[in-house]
Amino acid sequence: MAESPESASKDDEAAPIAKPRIARPPTAWQRGSDVVFKGSTFAFGVAVVLLLTGVVVEVMRHGGSAMSEYGLGFLTRTNWDANRADFGILPEILGTLYTSFIALVVAGFLGITVALVLSQGFLHRRAELVMKNIIELLAAIPSVVYGLWGIFVLIPLLREPAGFLNDKFGFLPFFDTRLSGPGILPASLVLAIMILPTITAVAREAMAAVPPRLAAAAYGLGATRWEVIFRVTLPTASGGIFGALVLGLGRAFGETMALAMLAGNAQTFGWSLFSPGNTLAALLANHFPEAGQVEVGALMYAAAVLLLITLTVNILGSLIMLRATSGLKGLN
Amino acid sequence: MAMASVPETPSTPRFASLVHSLKDTRTLVNTVLTVVALVFAALALFPLLSVLYMLLVRGGELLSPTLFTELTPGAGMEGGGIGNAVLGTVVVVALASAIALPLGLLAAVYLAEYGGESRLATVVRFSGKVLTGMPSILAGVFAYATVVVTTGGFSAFAGGIAMSILMVPTVMLTAEQALRGVPEKMRLAALGMGATRTETVLQVVLPTALPGILTGVMLALARAAGETAPLLFTALFSDYWFEGHLSQPIASLAVLIYNFSGSPFAHLVQLAWAASLILVFLVLVLNIIAQVVIRRPREH
Repeated sequence: MAESPESASKDDEAAPIAKPRIARPPTAWQRGSDVVFKGSTFAFGVAVVLLLTGVVVEVMRHGGSAMSEYGLGFLTRTNWDANRADFGILPEILGTLYTSFIALVVAGFLGITVALVLSQGFLHRRAELVMKNIIELLAAIPSVVYGLWGIFVLIPLLREPAGFLNDKFGFLPFFDTRLSGPGILPASLVLAIMILPTITAVAREAMAAVPPRLAAAAYGLGATRWEVIFRVTLPTASGGIFGALVLGLGRAFGETMALAMLAGNAQTFGWSLFSPGNTLAALLANHFPEAGQVEVGALMYAAAVLLLITLTVNILGSLIMLRATSGLKGLN
Repeated sequence: MAMASVPETPSTPRFASLVHSLKDTRTLVNTVLTVVALVFAALALFPLLSVLYMLLVRGGELLSPTLFTELTPGAGMEGGGIGNAVLGTVVVVALASAIALPLGLLAAVYLAEYGGESRLATVVRFSGKVLTGMPSILAGVFAYATVVVTTGGFSAFAGGIAMSILMVPTVMLTAEQALRGVPEKMRLAALGMGATRTETVLQVVLPTALPGILTGVMLALARAAGETAPLLFTALFSDYWFEGHLSQPIASLAVLIYNFSGSPFAHLVQLAWAASLILVFLVLVLNIIAQVVIRRPREH
């Protein structure tokens, strides 16, 4: 400690060099600084809790006046007209659920596959590491850049197959409009790309947590690799994989920019994958910057709904993960 | 690998089931599934490659020194750059860090050194996890409700507040992990030599955990630099240089990309691509520093 100049000078003042002592009680300054330091870390810990409480309370408080004004009908009405103060978010709620669900199906399938490839010894360890880092980089790219990519790469790319599906299978409700630009499908696909890293990482961890003894026993009985995966690894890791999907869903519900740029910002909802739609987060992003006082109230209500949905899903996902990992403890 | 166990049987192996042959349904299914899985895994890499390729091709066209020294042009005008947005992103992220780093770090010290498994520590940790999962736009809504509404206007300060809310949990949770990674022996040794708890934390534990803490800080910075949603209606945008007034709206790369992406003017769209290239470069550099230069403690 004597190497550090600041603390050394403090100690020297308290105990002169002439009379060195090996043991001495802590000085008043030391005791004081201990109390102050511990107290301040405590205060900052509490501050983090207050931050969360603050966000929840502020959003709820500001949404509250709109809640009493528009009532629960806000959730089932379909208009958004600031001039007549007629607001409803049913299309946004349905759009959020629909896009997130499609993204979850795509990203869930891909993510679990990638997690298997990364955890079940398909690749050399070094290749595994490289691929894991690349998937993590997917999460690092800002969502607004994905939005830009979606507008200028994905939508033009989808236009032809979408037209073909509309021509041949237009009788199905999923294909009964043409893709004229932004729409549910490009938005959902970009959303899938964005939640893929979350699902992959959490699912991979769940698979890696399966005790190797179980797989080894199955191999010993003559099972092939995929028999082991389907009958041992996946069932054992199923709790964690389910948790990964729920956490991915939580991310999808709250994802904003890519959807604000790609979903079409339309106050409608349709089952067609090629029709424009909207989501709660995208509604906030598109309307907040230019909203007047009346509209801000309604937007706060929508924000409160979004907050409730994502909080519920995320807490649920964390609890599932907690139970899934504690369930494996006995096997290790 | 089963082949090796029956080397003396040249043509017809006695234990047919020990031999890998695609005529066996189980082996065939196994091989097909492996191929399918590898193909899908490769497919998952396509978006990243495509994004990077497009950024280099379309964003690279405008890359020049004037890009960083000139202001954003008005609609329909040629030339100009994105200098104000680059500076604005730096200012907002710096402002957010000034709030989030001390808060997150000290909270992490509380969790790792004092809180332990106490009820409050559990609540703090849980709050951090919930904040991580919270949609970033809600941080913007919070800053709007508390700062923009009370001060009466969009400002760089409001943007910094919104962004700091997103940084705090990342910094706190990664720093706590790093602090917990410091061996208990080192704390005991410091305390045994007469250091106080504060001295132990400041002079032994924090320096030892520094690489891990920096990793978390880099990741938080990278995430913050790319965040758009919390800035849209807090910091807004500005076509002018930042001149030291935190109470004024400020430009940022992320909001520039969003605003210009929907523009009917090809030149503005090109600027959006150039801004994306710079933003992604910035974010990737921060991520790579976090992952490679500062060596992560090994996972297993």
